[in-house]
Amino acid sequence: MTMRKQLARLVLSAAAAALALPAAAAEESGWAQLNLPQGVTDISRKIYALHMEIFWVCVWIGVVVFGAMIYSIVRFRKSKGAVADTSLVHNTKVEVIWTVIPVIILVAMAVPAARTLVEIEDTTKTGLTIKVTGFQWGWEYEYLDDGVTYYSHLDRLSDAARELGSGIDPASVPHYLLNVDRPLVVPNGVKVRLLITGADVIHSWWVKDLGVKKDAIPGFVNEAWFKVDDTFTGMLRGNCAELCGRDHGFMPIVVDVRTKADFDTWLKNTAAEQKQAAAPAATPTATTPASAG
Amino acid sequence: MAEHHAHAAASHDDHDHKPHGWRRWVYATNHKDIGTMYLIFACTMFFIGGGAAMLIRLELFQPGLQFLDPQFFNSLTTMHALIMIFGAVMPAWTGLANWMIPMQVGAPDMALPRLNNFSFWILPFAFTLLISSFFVPGGAPAGGWTMYPPLVLQNGASFPMLIFSVHLMGASSILGAINVVVTIMNMRAPGMTLLRMPLFVWTWLITAYLLIAVMPVLAGAVTMLLTDHFFGTTFFTAAGGGDPVMFQHIFWFFGHPEVYILILPAFGIVSEIIPTFSRKPLFGYEAMVYAVASIAFLSFIVWAHHMFTVGMPLAAQLFFMLSTMLIAIPTGVKVFNWTATMWKGSLSFEPPMLFALAFLFLFTIGGFSGLMLAMVPADYQYQDTYFVVAHFHYVLVPGAIFGIMAGVYYWLPKWTGRMYDLKLATWHFWLSAIFVNVLFFPQHFLGLAGMPRRIPDYAVQFTDWNMVSSIGGFAFGLAQLLFPYIVIKCIRAGQPIGNRAWEGAHGLEWELPSPPPYHSWTTPPSAAVIARGAAH
Repeated sequence: MTMRKQLARLVLSAAAAALALPAAAAEESGWAQLNLPQGVTDISRKIYALHMEIFWVCVWIGVVVFGAMIYSIVRFRKSKGAVADTSLVHNTKVEVIWTVIPVIILVAMAVPAARTLVEIEDTTKTGLTIKVTGFQWGWEYEYLDDGVTYYSHLDRLSDAARELGSGIDPASVPHYLLNVDRPLVVPNGVKVRLLITGADVIHSWWVKDLGVKKDAIPGFVNEAWFKVDDTFTGMLRGNCAELCGRDHGFMPIVVDVRTKADFDTWLKNTAAEQKQAAAPAATPTATTPASAG
Repeated sequence: MAEHHAHAAASHDDHDHKPHGWRRWVYATNHKDIGTMYLIFACTMFFIGGGAAMLIRLELFQPGLQFLDPQFFNSLTTMHALIMIFGAVMPAWTGLANWMIPMQVGAPDMALPRLNNFSFWILPFAFTLLISSFFVPGGAPAGGWTMYPPLVLQNGASFPMLIFSVHLMGASSILGAINVVVTIMNMRAPGMTLLRMPLFVWTWLITAYLLIAVMPVLAGAVTMLLTDHFFGTTFFTAAGGGDPVMFQHIFWFFGHPEVYILILPAFGIVSEIIPTFSRKPLFGYEAMVYAVASIAFLSFIVWAHHMFTVGMPLAAQLFFMLSTMLIAIPTGVKVFNWTATMWKGSLSFEPPMLFALAFLFLFTIGGFSGLMLAMVPADYQYQDTYFVVAHFHYVLVPGAIFGIMAGVYYWLPKWTGRMYDLKLATWHFWLSAIFVNVLFFPQHFLGLAGMPRRIPDYAVQFTDWNMVSSIGGFAFGLAQLLFPYIVIKCIRAGQPIGNRAWEGAHGLEWELPSPPPYHSWTTPPSAAVIARGAAH
């Protein structure tokens, strides 16, 4: 939070008042939307730390480089009588220094980035697998081991307000364009694996608080995972991040994070509901093998 | 206009008897006439592409859809990119190359004048075809300028128009690039060795090689799209054994060198302007040449950093992260050398220098966000958000576009023999420099806070910065209207000016009269003149 505040102060001192708001209120206040959120997983915090590290590296390089430029502009003005030193055209020592220093900085940045990346790519030892299918325009979630499947679309209030010239003030719609009819429900404290694919064109499943963005590509299955802190429950919101046609801007993602116990109850109830709903359609003999999965 | 030349010059080898009226332009083989047409074409496209940008910013001014259908919005973002990249920036560079390369290397004209005519005249047809797709069933292409399948295959009648116009643009670029290479390699005056060439010529030589290397790759990729759509192939369809991600690999193998095609000539122009207005030779000339060559080489091995989220093997991601970070080194060398050129100089701040300085500061900011984007785990959060939009607009608008503006303001007195209204151009600069930041800086915040790119409507917490960005956009757009006004006013009523329009200017173009003769160097410049020009 302090880092975030520092950044905000640096880039926009004018918004200082808004920054005094606590994190929860900042979510709603536009002027305070300046930086990545830290998120609710170990990985998302590591990404945030990496982001801030490279940001400060850039700031310090900027201070030095822009400082030298501004100094030159102020100090060596012809109008102030500056006379050019035309012999200053080459200096091997300086040139070697300003080649080697960036190399060192880059290596120093590459190491933590690579380490985090290796961790992100480790999709082993997961506790729950959900298949995510992007389609034009919404998401399908399938709990592979429990026979639960459902679709998730933009919620109806947002959908009505987003029509061209609807006359509905988006600000009056709760979580405008970031709300769905049925969120993805996941447990906290469990390593959840996502198998992500696309039904028609390429989409991208992105929830920034989970630190996950992965393309949903028709014909291919991508893997991603997250493990929400076991202290967190609540709603996380994201979007499709790959242009996927007319309603690309209208296929949000909502993740409902519950405790393990709540989640298990929900999953059991939903599985039972879905089985019941499917039962009349199926012949009695077919029901038994289908439910075994 | 310069008719008297034709009669004044009696010598046999003077080919100054140019046709008049429309024939002068349609049959044009003169590098200056063709350069002028390229620049007028680029400027026209800049305003058409800018018009699309204004509509985009208008719709994004507040949440909810007020003006545009989402599909039309997608067409606008797609066409804005295609028009600006292939219609505005690339033809502007070719126009500047046409005007300046023969003058700068001591040649009478470009090496292949008829090819030159052809490469220009392809463009109006290509863009008429592309822009007319707004009026066919299904509207203009709406799948993004990156043309990713399967989405791009969903375009209606505009799809084959898109493919064919991309082929035409590619052909035009390749022909233009061949002409540049042949001119530089064969038409240099005796004594104009490679390492005496001005940086603008150097950067264009390297750019031309990049164009020749990658435009055919783009042509191949879009041809595969065409056959996938019409002839039943499945290059990019998984159901038939193809792979949609393969298109992205091929596209970005073209696309990343393309990014440098857009920016390298700007490096060259800035490398001419900063020494001129610092009254001091370019610092580390050879290092600058090698840095450009290294950047060009690296551009071939970083392409997949545009697609870290497609699900590549860990080793590939690490490779592309490291190769991308490497680019920071030669780019850093360039920025440091430009700064060192100003160090202990004697600086003055005419419009070309102002644009070059804004380039220096703002391109560096774009470089910083580029470095951030190279870090794969962080890129997962930045990818396809407004952070990326901010990044590439920082390198393309205050980068490439300011580079072009700087170049035009630098050489316009040479071309016309007249000085433009410096005060008005300074206004143009300050309005552009201020509002380009109002326009694009808040987009960093929007991206980090979670706003995806290419969306016509957004969640309400993004309202404030979008409004700021739109206001910056409108003001920036309006300020650009000053530019054609300043140029026309200069041509019509500028104060006549001598050979060397700027006190500190070096290079062969400044040894010629202003305006220069129709065929720039009919006799090669002497060794003494070349030595005076090559100030490093």
